[in-house]
Amino acid sequence: MYLKLKKIEKLINSELSSKIKSSSINNEELFIEIEEKNLVDVVQFLKSNDGCKFKQLIDIAGVDYPENEKRFELIYLFLSHEHNTRIKVLIRFDVNQFINSLTKIFPSSNWMEREVFDMYGIKFKNHPDLRRILTDYGFKGHPLRKDFPLTGFNEVRYSEKNKKVIYEPVKLEQNYRNFDFESPWEGTNYVREIKNSEKDGKKN
Amino acid sequence: MVKKTKSLSLNFGPQHPAAHGVLRLILELDGEIVEKADPHIGLLHRGTEKLIEQKTYTQALPYFDRLDYVAPMNQEHAFALAAEKLLKVEVPIRAKYIRVIFCEIGRILSHILNVTTQALDVGALTPSLWGFEERETLMTFYERASGSRLHANYFRTGGVHKDIPFKLVEDIEKFCKSFPKIIDDLEGLLTDNRIFKQRNVEIGLVSKQDALDHSFSGVMLRGSGIPWDLRKSQPYEIYKDLDFKIPVGKNGDCYDRYLCRIEEMRESVKIILQCIEKLPKGPIKSIDNKISPPNRDDIKQSMEALIHHFKLFTEGYRVPKGDVYTAVEAPKGEFGVYLISDGSNKPYRCKIRAPGFSHLQAMDYLIRGHMLADVPAVLGSLDIVFGEVDR
Repeated sequence: MYLKLKKIEKLINSELSSKIKSSSINNEELFIEIEEKNLVDVVQFLKSNDGCKFKQLIDIAGVDYPENEKRFELIYLFLSHEHNTRIKVLIRFDVNQFINSLTKIFPSSNWMEREVFDMYGIKFKNHPDLRRILTDYGFKGHPLRKDFPLTGFNEVRYSEKNKKVIYEPVKLEQNYRNFDFESPWEGTNYVREIKNSEKDGKKN
Repeated sequence: MVKKTKSLSLNFGPQHPAAHGVLRLILELDGEIVEKADPHIGLLHRGTEKLIEQKTYTQALPYFDRLDYVAPMNQEHAFALAAEKLLKVEVPIRAKYIRVIFCEIGRILSHILNVTTQALDVGALTPSLWGFEERETLMTFYERASGSRLHANYFRTGGVHKDIPFKLVEDIEKFCKSFPKIIDDLEGLLTDNRIFKQRNVEIGLVSKQDALDHSFSGVMLRGSGIPWDLRKSQPYEIYKDLDFKIPVGKNGDCYDRYLCRIEEMRESVKIILQCIEKLPKGPIKSIDNKISPPNRDDIKQSMEALIHHFKLFTEGYRVPKGDVYTAVEAPKGEFGVYLISDGSNKPYRCKIRAPGFSHLQAMDYLIRGHMLADVPAVLGSLDIVFGEVDR
């Protein structure tokens, strides 16, 4: 398995040398990082090249790292039936950047991109029908972003007065409590923060 | 003079009994011919992925039961495998066998439901009455192993929650001996049934190329003649030691998919019987107490066990940094979990790849040019469960 992946990694690196930022094999999974502007070319190559034949797009996973300069990551998972291998393709980009849609190459990317758009607010160029998919009609915000609260902003209930379901701001009897159970022996976050601030204080 | 016709748009669902849950389909009709189908999903969206980010790995597992609630343990399996791959834990051999037994029971559960409700959609009531009785028996097995009929929460990272009693193994074996007769009966009702064939043969045709392009997996792929099953091609657990066949369709229509499912049930029965025959003795979860909790007796006696117990159910275990994608052959197709860990006790991101999502997406492609009455037939053969599509 490892040798097979190594061979594909070598092939991709030699054919697309300038477009690959990095490649690695971890946990028996082949992983490449590319520039977001090269996405369509690389995917086209992966699909059509005889040594790759990644003919199936399995999924698109978005990830949010709010502290990074390039905040979002998209991971495209491909599967090759012929070679019985998988590959992960990663792109990193900013909030405002538009990503090329893969709908021309893989029709199934349509809904996957819609889901990413819905959950993260990532916009796609040349997408035929970029609407929300999983959230409610008229929903605001992008729920899987890390700065979106778990409880959300709005809740629904049936109003006897209006005889219909109405939207209201979330009102909780008790706020959602997120306990920090991480072992104190390795230092919880707040202990570490206190320690750090003490250190800073001493320096000053 | 050309007569102008206006297409009619029809709202199908979300409360239609043949929609298999909460699907809203906007159909554009020209007479009775469907010109366009626009599925609106998300009516059962519960934000599973967001919730998992807030929970420890142990707490995240039960969410997987609630995805495809027809075959809960298959889903748990994918998540357990992902966490195990990151943690690099060994699963004891007995646990592997138990897992496979219950995954195959899940497959039978799901296929019974699908085959019989598909028949129900095209007008046959009896199969569902017969099939659901068997489902009830199978869910009793779930209950006897895990304590609940549906939301089992039975698999754990590093094994399964509890050992199964000997009597249960015996009963499962007894069931496996009698179940093929039930499949024969179901087939007797449907396979050569004129009405069933008229409603399903050459309906919802999928070519090989389109099956790949639309990210189909599982029966949808095999029905079109692509011999691809993760249990064979990328074997996990003990599947490579077991002897079973992969049924493959020829024409890629609803009828072939039905036949595939029937054959898969027979194969699952064989797998379970093999597992029962080989079922070894031994531990059922990882012996590493940093990951799997100690047993009750030890907690009473040993301080270390008590500490482990306490730490595991408050902090949970930490998973090394990294990302993995693991997929299992769930009854509906490739069910995958893409897990990113940042080294803490909670997943940083857990993307769930549900097979039904891609299958439902192809609804427009499948139904275009068909009659309105074919919509439930095609929908039935897609094997959609909204728990996993909407997540």
